[in-house]
Amino acid sequence: MAEPQPVLQMTGIVKEFPGVRALSGVDFRLFPGEIHALLGENGAGKSTLIKVLTGVHSLDGGTITLDGESVRFASPLQAQQAGISTVYQEVNLCPNLSVAENIFIGREPTRAGRIQWKRMRREAAELVDRLGLDIDVTAPLSSYPLAVQQLVAIVRSVGTGDSVSGGSGTKVLILDEPTSSLDRGEVLELFSLMRRLKEQGVAILFVSHFLDQIYEVCDRMTVLRNGTLVGEHMVRDLDQVGLVQLMIGKALDQLEELHDHQLHSDVGETLLKAEALGRAGGIAPFDLEVKKGEVIGLAGLLGSGRTELARLLFGADQPDSGTVSIGGKQVSMNAPNDAIGAGVAFCSENRKTEGLVPDLTVRENIILALQAARGWTRPIPASQRDELVAKYIKALDIRPANPEARVGQLSGGNQQKVLLARWLITQPKLLILDEPTRGIDIGAKAEIQKLVVSLSEDGMSVLYIAAELEEVLRLSHTIGVLRDRRLVAQLTNGPEITTSRILETIASGEHQ
Amino acid sequence: MTTTSRWRALTHHHLFWPVAVLVVLLLVNVPFTPDFFSIKMTDGHLYGSLVSIVLFGSPLILVAVGMTLVIATGGIDLSVGAVVAITGALACSYISDQADQSALAGVLLAMGLGLLAAVVCGLWNGFLVARMGIQPIIATLIIMVAGRGVAQLITDGQIITINSEPYKLIGGGYWLTLPFSIFVVAVVVAVTVVLTRRTALGLLVESVGGNAEASRLVGIRSRRIKIMVYVFCALCAGIAGLMISSNTSAADGNNAGLWIELDAILAVVIGGTSLLGGRFSIGGTVVGALVIQTLTTTIYTIGVPTQTNLVFKAVVVIIVCLLQSPKFRAKVFSARLGAKSGAQGGGSPSAPAPAGTTAAATEAAPKMEVS
Ligand SMILES: Nc1ncnc2c1ncn2[C@@H]1O[C@H](COP(=O)(O)OP(=O)(O)OP(=O)(O)O)[C@@H](O)[C@H]1O
Ligand SMILES: [Mg+2]
Repeated sequence: MAEPQPVLQMTGIVKEFPGVRALSGVDFRLFPGEIHALLGENGAGKSTLIKVLTGVHSLDGGTITLDGESVRFASPLQAQQAGISTVYQEVNLCPNLSVAENIFIGREPTRAGRIQWKRMRREAAELVDRLGLDIDVTAPLSSYPLAVQQLVAIVRSVGTGDSVSGGSGTKVLILDEPTSSLDRGEVLELFSLMRRLKEQGVAILFVSHFLDQIYEVCDRMTVLRNGTLVGEHMVRDLDQVGLVQLMIGKALDQLEELHDHQLHSDVGETLLKAEALGRAGGIAPFDLEVKKGEVIGLAGLLGSGRTELARLLFGADQPDSGTVSIGGKQVSMNAPNDAIGAGVAFCSENRKTEGLVPDLTVRENIILALQAARGWTRPIPASQRDELVAKYIKALDIRPANPEARVGQLSGGNQQKVLLARWLITQPKLLILDEPTRGIDIGAKAEIQKLVVSLSEDGMSVLYIAAELEEVLRLSHTIGVLRDRRLVAQLTNGPEITTSRILETIASGEHQ
Repeated sequence: MTTTSRWRALTHHHLFWPVAVLVVLLLVNVPFTPDFFSIKMTDGHLYGSLVSIVLFGSPLILVAVGMTLVIATGGIDLSVGAVVAITGALACSYISDQADQSALAGVLLAMGLGLLAAVVCGLWNGFLVARMGIQPIIATLIIMVAGRGVAQLITDGQIITINSEPYKLIGGGYWLTLPFSIFVVAVVVAVTVVLTRRTALGLLVESVGGNAEASRLVGIRSRRIKIMVYVFCALCAGIAGLMISSNTSAADGNNAGLWIELDAILAVVIGGTSLLGGRFSIGGTVVGALVIQTLTTTIYTIGVPTQTNLVFKAVVVIIVCLLQSPKFRAKVFSARLGAKSGAQGGGSPSAPAPAGTTAAATEAAPKMEVS
């Protein structure tokens, strides 16, 4: 059987950044009507390959052909006009514009030079509807959680081709880690959309660190390691073990190890106690007790109030009812300062807008929380600082291991590790982790989960939020279940607690 | 190979372009004033164009250094010109009321009074920006407009002239053969560098300007930091105000420090600090202020007609700003680069590139250095 012609072919792609060779001679091809996974560890060069294709970065070598014609895009706009729609890894929309405006920005429907607002809103609502989303397109984007923002970015890119004239229609759809903060439900919606587009002959490039998703939806995969191509395979020809081996260059068995680890049982006295803590529009008043050395996992669907609950415990939002006491002393949670002073740390899910300072170096970003706690008059002595930073770069395997690198230039997963390092370095009593493994590769993910286990063994309490229920279940002593912005149940982890039991609780919303 | 990489490292240093422009501007003067670089000793004082540039540029350097920190937090301070006027007016009117205008105690008190007023202005700006959450450009506009009125009130709408030896020293006197103001500037710059880089203040300022929400969540007391930088900026403007009024032995509520805020903002930008906030460079700002002062001097020495003064200045500023942009540099220097790589390509055994490919290569080249 003769193979069809690839719609997109990249040959010998080279990209160099000052001091880093991100891609050295990578070949990649994409066929119409296929879903093609691009895989590799954090920093392997996946996002860079996408960015040189779409003209975000210039090419230092190699050729690209689209539909058999040699192309080279000077800007993402050109790529889009040629039929390549892209959702980049970091959501880059305008938070203060409405959802509808974000979907249509740059290609608003106009008549006689004026924007047709009504039509724009209607079409936006239709597009959003098609993804099975229930959101108000006139509300500002910033009023929605990161996952919804990510979905809006997807809607925007998918909408380019079919609903709006002017483009040649989407030939290639690129999704760089679109599912990193989505729940199962949205993932399924996205997959059915991807399959629909695939049937229409669209070629889809899909990046994800969730291997199960790859096996669920992809036809073909290309694996990168350290900026080089290690192989292209049909998904059905390679099993997960083989794939992981290709990705990291050695077999991985830590995951198994973690699967049957025992939760340690020496949970101590109460550390934090929240009573009737709540915030209108955020989360209904709830009671929560966190013990020393305990890991509490939060489970719930998108928009169920997990992040909102965590933000109240950190003073990121001001509660309008209830009290918090830490170590028996009441703490007024009016600002993050108060919480930090009481030994609470909060690692936000949104590393771009709420986490990192992109212009500062890795070192500066890592020490920021510690330095803020010491105040400006007491800088951390240089030797101590460098030692700490080196230690955490090594412990979390941040690459490149250069404390002087600008954080904005790190790969997504490595940025996430920097954010984790920032809070670990403060040695908090309670560590709140909101999607800490977002965008982190499979090897590092296991490392981070092991780290959480060992921190809790050493007496640190952890509040752990993750979209993946298995992850929550594996690590937590207690699982808080949220539904409709309400903490509906707190389940003590044990043999009888399974993911389906949690899903049932979420579905029934029973108060226990 | 190493020389090219060293050259690369040099051209990529953040001070390279500002310093290059400064040097070029200085050299432009030579054909018009052959002894431009010479420095003479007369009466135990050093004289020369270079000395005057630093002397006349002193107030601008001071104001721009303060402005740098405000801009680094993502703010801006339009009120510095008015603060210059208020400080000078207050100090001079106090001195002019003294029986003995040259009495040291009176002069010191006058200076303290002036600087106190500056600090109050800074507190007000900081309060509006950090506590009330008003946009910096609006918040500082208030004193920019009202402050001149206050200065007029202090001087009764007159130009107050004084005759005070100690006061004259700050902006017009000499010490160790050099203008005294150069020492003042050196001390302020040194203090600023120590204050920002030997403590964690610089880091926290850059963090607040680089990502305000992340800084809040990391526990930085950004309100306090913002108030501090506005006070510091006003204090710098206050010292500049003393210097300007001392230099002329007069307080002119109307014209002292007029438009200095714009020059200061320009100096900061030329020095490589982004108006969006974040990373800042005090050294860059000092160079930037010197560029602006040299430009003013150059306009006089090469005899640009007065009516085209501002146009000339604008053109130079545009060139400097363009040179600062990596995108623009890549575009301009790519022609040369493209030609070079084309030549190398021709020599290699690989297929001779058809015209179309070379065109594509040069087209792609402009973005080569964009990081
Ligand atoms: N703008 C840049 N400047 C300098 N180096 C960069 C830049 N962008 C990426 N890099 C480097 O290129 C390499 C590849 O990064 P890339 O973002 O492509 O990784 P990735 O495979 O997408 O990883 P992740 O799974 O973490 O998203 C990394 O070493 C990264 O530090
Ligand atoms: Mg990436």
